[in-house]
Amino acid sequence: MKQNTFTKLFLSAFQLSACTFGGGFVIIPLMQKKFVDELHWIEEQEMMDLTAIAQSSPGAIAVNASILVGYHVAGMFGALITVLGTVLPPLIIISIISFFYTAFRDNVIVNMAMTGMLAGVAAVICDVVITMGKSIFQKKRVLPIIVLFASFVAVRFMKVNIILIILICAIIGAVDTLYLDRKRRPE
Amino acid sequence: MIYFELLWSFFQIGLFSIGGGYAAMPLIQNQVVDVHPWLTMTQFSDIMTIAEMTPGPIAINSATFVGIQVAGIPGAIIATVGCILPSCVIVITLAYIYYRFRGLKMVQGVLAGLRPAVVAMIASAGITLVIMAFYGERTLPVDLSGINIISVMIFAAGFLVLRKWKVNPIYVMLGAGAAGVLLYSIV
Repeated sequence: MKQNTFTKLFLSAFQLSACTFGGGFVIIPLMQKKFVDELHWIEEQEMMDLTAIAQSSPGAIAVNASILVGYHVAGMFGALITVLGTVLPPLIIISIISFFYTAFRDNVIVNMAMTGMLAGVAAVICDVVITMGKSIFQKKRVLPIIVLFASFVAVRFMKVNIILIILICAIIGAVDTLYLDRKRRPE
Repeated sequence: MIYFELLWSFFQIGLFSIGGGYAAMPLIQNQVVDVHPWLTMTQFSDIMTIAEMTPGPIAINSATFVGIQVAGIPGAIIATVGCILPSCVIVITLAYIYYRFRGLKMVQGVLAGLRPAVVAMIASAGITLVIMAFYGERTLPVDLSGINIISVMIFAAGFLVLRKWKVNPIYVMLGAGAAGVLLYSIV
């Protein structure tokens, strides 16, 4: 049973990493599908928390997120396993490519498949944004919705540093908690 | 010693690339082109193209590529380890704190404040990817008529399948790749 979990963890991480084109955030929606919707190892809220931690830590988001997922499912050893699973596909693929990279870069078939896959990844991300966005709107509170749109404008159009946005939103969250607490318990 | 230099260079890249993905690019360039004479500028832009076309985080991809160029397969492994070492330490520490103090109302409030921002960031990354898929560039061009119809078709089909039948995204991506090869060779 335990062995089975480790195998599944490794294979999931390997599979996700091998299919993550475009880097960065792309792996988050894929992880959400795999670990939240399919395997039910992580709750949706928790996945968003882990995403925030992965995003605000240094290093590749895909690596950070897989460490967190592995740690959550099976502790330190789990984290080691998912890191290995995440790092191996790019390590193997790039090792092979680096020996004949100019031929690869100019290959027509490879280019066609990659262009097709890019459209596929875009569809996956849009699907997940809608699912995640829904869970924010369902709370029926105004503040999170304002934060959502404000951070979108900040990151998309004003190119504000992501770390800064995370810090500000953390402060908003803290102040909001204090405010709600006080409202609930009038002196 | 070359192995130690590789380890230290990519350790720094891993430590200071906050925000993931393209945030790491200038750091990598600085370390492998300017500080060390490991790659020429042409080789560097080649590896960035390959990193975009292949799965996996850009930092890991370039660590592998540079490692192989400089010191063969052992070099690739050492550079990759250096790259993920800071992530492992910092993220596991944060994960420990998260699971230890998750019950605290304040921590929950802060994380709740971060959730809408996470959705906004994924949405923004998603839009960039859609633009990349439809126009082959990172930003929307002035002339919108140059849209890639095949990409739009693959995107629409993938999105429909995902929303309607909740298909595993890995299959959507494999299908998109196959559709790309098929459709682009007909045209």
